[in-house]
Amino acid sequence: MSEQDSGNIPMVQFLSPEGEFSVPSQWAEYGEYLKRLTEADYLKFYRDMARIRRFDNEATALQRQGQLGLWIPAIGQEGAQIGSGYGVGRNDHIFPSYREHGVALTHGIDLMSILKMLRGVNHGGWNPDATRFHLYAIVLGSQTLHATGYAMGIKFDGAYATGNADHDQAVICYVGDGATAEGDVSESLLFAAVNQTPQVFFVQNNQWAISSPVASQTRVPLYRRGEGFGVPGIRIDGNDVLASYAVTAKHMDDARNGQGPALIEALTYRIGAHTTSDDPTKYRSNEETERWKARDPIIRLEKFLRNQGVGQGFFDDCAADGDKLAEDIRAQTFALPIPPFENMFKYVYAEPHPLIEEQMAWLTEYEASFEDEAHPSTQLHNVINEEALRDHSAAAENPARDFTQSQVESSGSYYDGIDANGGSNV
Amino acid sequence: MSNFQEMAIARAINAGLRKKMLENPKVLMFGEDVAELGGVFRVTEGLHKEFGDKQIFNTPIAESGIVGTAIGLAMRGYRPVTEMQFDGFIFPAFDQITTQLAKMANRSEGHHKMPVVIRVPYGGGIGAVEHHSESPEAYFAHTAGLRVVSPSNPNDAYWMIQQAIDSDDPVMFFEPKRRYWQKGPVNLDTPPLPLHSARVLHEGNQVTIATYGPMVTVALQAAQIAAEEGVSIEVIDLRSLSPIDFTSIVESVKKTGRLVIASEAPNFVSISSEVAARVAEQAFYHLQAPVLRVGGFDVPYPAAKLEEIFLPDADRILEAVDRVLAY
Repeated sequence: MSEQDSGNIPMVQFLSPEGEFSVPSQWAEYGEYLKRLTEADYLKFYRDMARIRRFDNEATALQRQGQLGLWIPAIGQEGAQIGSGYGVGRNDHIFPSYREHGVALTHGIDLMSILKMLRGVNHGGWNPDATRFHLYAIVLGSQTLHATGYAMGIKFDGAYATGNADHDQAVICYVGDGATAEGDVSESLLFAAVNQTPQVFFVQNNQWAISSPVASQTRVPLYRRGEGFGVPGIRIDGNDVLASYAVTAKHMDDARNGQGPALIEALTYRIGAHTTSDDPTKYRSNEETERWKARDPIIRLEKFLRNQGVGQGFFDDCAADGDKLAEDIRAQTFALPIPPFENMFKYVYAEPHPLIEEQMAWLTEYEASFEDEAHPSTQLHNVINEEALRDHSAAAENPARDFTQSQVESSGSYYDGIDANGGSNV
Repeated sequence: MSNFQEMAIARAINAGLRKKMLENPKVLMFGEDVAELGGVFRVTEGLHKEFGDKQIFNTPIAESGIVGTAIGLAMRGYRPVTEMQFDGFIFPAFDQITTQLAKMANRSEGHHKMPVVIRVPYGGGIGAVEHHSESPEAYFAHTAGLRVVSPSNPNDAYWMIQQAIDSDDPVMFFEPKRRYWQKGPVNLDTPPLPLHSARVLHEGNQVTIATYGPMVTVALQAAQIAAEEGVSIEVIDLRSLSPIDFTSIVESVKKTGRLVIASEAPNFVSISSEVAARVAEQAFYHLQAPVLRVGGFDVPYPAAKLEEIFLPDADRILEAVDRVLAY
C-alpha cells in the first residue's frame, strides 16, 4: 500500500465496508448533514447506484457489440457520484469530467445523451444551462477552469452569500486523480483561491490513470493538493455514499455561503477498465481489484438497508428497474439515426461565416449529385443497423435467448459485464 | 458632420473598450497587469480608475487560467476581453483557446455562445528579447470556431475592438504592437466596415499588394515609392484573417493581374499561403504572373539586432513587385 492508500490519513466514513453505520465524533459536523435525509433518500441512493451500474454494464455490452464507439465505465465509483450528486444544491452548477454518469443521473440528464456521444452522434448535446450539468470534458482538467470562471461570475453577480436559498449558487467540478497533474487544475485552484470563488473541487481518486497508479501522479495525498494555493481539503471514503453526500452538501453549503473554495478527495476505485479500449490485467493484480470489490459502495449500502429492515422486495424492484432501463437504452441506441451532415457545419460559429457556408453548400450539392443512390457510407451503416435490429427484436421476442449473454451473465452479480480481467477488443 | 478625433492605435483600442464597458457592465477586461498599470503597453490605461475591480482586474500570471476562466464567465453571460501580455506568451493558453474556446459552441450544439475577445499585441520591430516579437496568427486562423482580426490604423482599431466585443463568437484580436503609437483620425460616429471586410487603402492598377497589421504601413510606403517610379500599386488591408474577404482580393487581382502578399509572419503555411491558394482558384485566368509572398524567414524570430533584416521592408516588397512585373 502506498502512502496514498495508508490508513493513517483521516477519512470521513459513516458506513463501513460491512455496512455498519456510525458517526465518529471527529466527523460530527458532517454527520449533521445526514439529518437532512429521509428514509426515502436512502432508498433513492441505493436505487440510483444500482440503476447506474446496470446502465454501465449495458453500455459496455453495447460497445462490445459495436453499437458504441467507446464506453467509459464508472463501476465502483457510484458511491462517490450518487452521494456527491445529491449533495449539490438545486441552483448549483456541475462541471463534470467524462466519467460522471452517476452525477448526471442525479441531475436528470437523459442517459441517452451520454450514449449518443459515445456512439458518435454528437459531442454532448444536452442543454448545460437548463440542466446545470455541463458537458463532459475530454481534455483532462480543462473543465476546472471553466468551473472557476463560472464561479467567478456567480461572485460578480452577487449570487451567493445572501442567505437566500432560492438565489444563492455554487459550483462543483469533478476531476480524476490523474487529471490533477494537469496544469489547468493547478491554475484553477489558484484562481479559485485568489478570487475566493463559491466552489468545490471533487477529486475522485480511483487509483488509476489508465495504467498509471496514483503514486506516479503525486507524492502528496491529493486532499492536500489545494493547500499551497489556499484551498483546504478533506479526504472521504468515496465508496461510502453517505460520506460523499454529507461532505459534499456541507462544502457546497459553505461555498454558497461565502466561505470560499474547498477540495474533497473521494478515495474510490475504478473496478472496470479505463475505457473499453483498456486492458487492466496488463498493469494491476486481481488481488487488488478483489480487495476493492470488498469495499463496494452498493453492497455496503445494501447491507445497511437490510439491517434496517428493508426487505427483499425493494431490492428485487431495483433490479427490475435497472433491467427496464437497460432494455430501454438498448432499444433507443439501436434506433439512433445517423445525424445529418449539416450538423457538422451548424454550430461552428454563432454568427454566419462565409467559409462554413461555402463548404456546406458544396457538400450539399455533392451529396445531391448521387441522386437516388444513397451515399456509400450511409448504405453500409444501414445494413449493419438492420442486422443489429433483427438481432435485437429476436432477443426481445425470446428473453431466454439473450444475445448479450456471451458478454453479460445476468446472474445478478454486481459486476456484470466488466472486463476487469481483460478483454480489450481493439 | 462626423465627429473626428486624432489618436494613436493604443488609445483608439482603449477608447473602443471603454465605450463597450460603459454600454454593458457584462463586458469585462482582465489579464496580467491590465488594472492600475494599464497593461505593459498601457492600452487599458485609466480604465481601472474609471470602472474599478468589478469590470477590470489583474489575474495571476497564468494564460491558460485567463482563457479558461473567460470561457466559464462567458457561460455565465459575461463578455470577457482578455489580454495576452505578448504574442510569445499565448502558448500556455493555446490548449484552452483551440480545444475549448473554439469548440464550445459546436460541442454544445449552440447552447453556449462564446463572446470572448483575446487581445494579443503581436509582431516585431521593437528591439525586444525573445518571445516578444512573434506573429502566431496562422495557428488561430487554422482553428475552426475562432475569428481572427488585426487592425492596422486607429480608426479600425477603435471600431474593430467594439465589433469584436459585439461578436457572439470568440475573436482573436491581434494588435500591431510596433504601430501602437501611430496616430490617425478616428471617426467617432460611423464604423468604416463590417468586422470581416478587407479594404483597399491605396488604389492602383498594375500590382496588388495584400497585407495586414503592422505590414500595412510598409506596403503603403512601397506603393508611394513605386508611384514615384511610375508603377501603380493597389494596397489591400485584409483586416480580417479568419474569415478572409477573398472577394475584395480577387476583385483587385482581376484588375491588376498581379499579386504580392506581405506579412511579418514566415510564409510557410501562412495567411499568405491561403490567400495565394484562393487567388489561384478564383482568378487563375486573370493572373499575369505567379503570386509572390514576402514574409519573415522560416526561422525563429531572431535576436533584436537582426530583426531589421528579418522583417520585410518596402525594398523587399518592391523587389517582389519588380519580379511580378518582369514576368
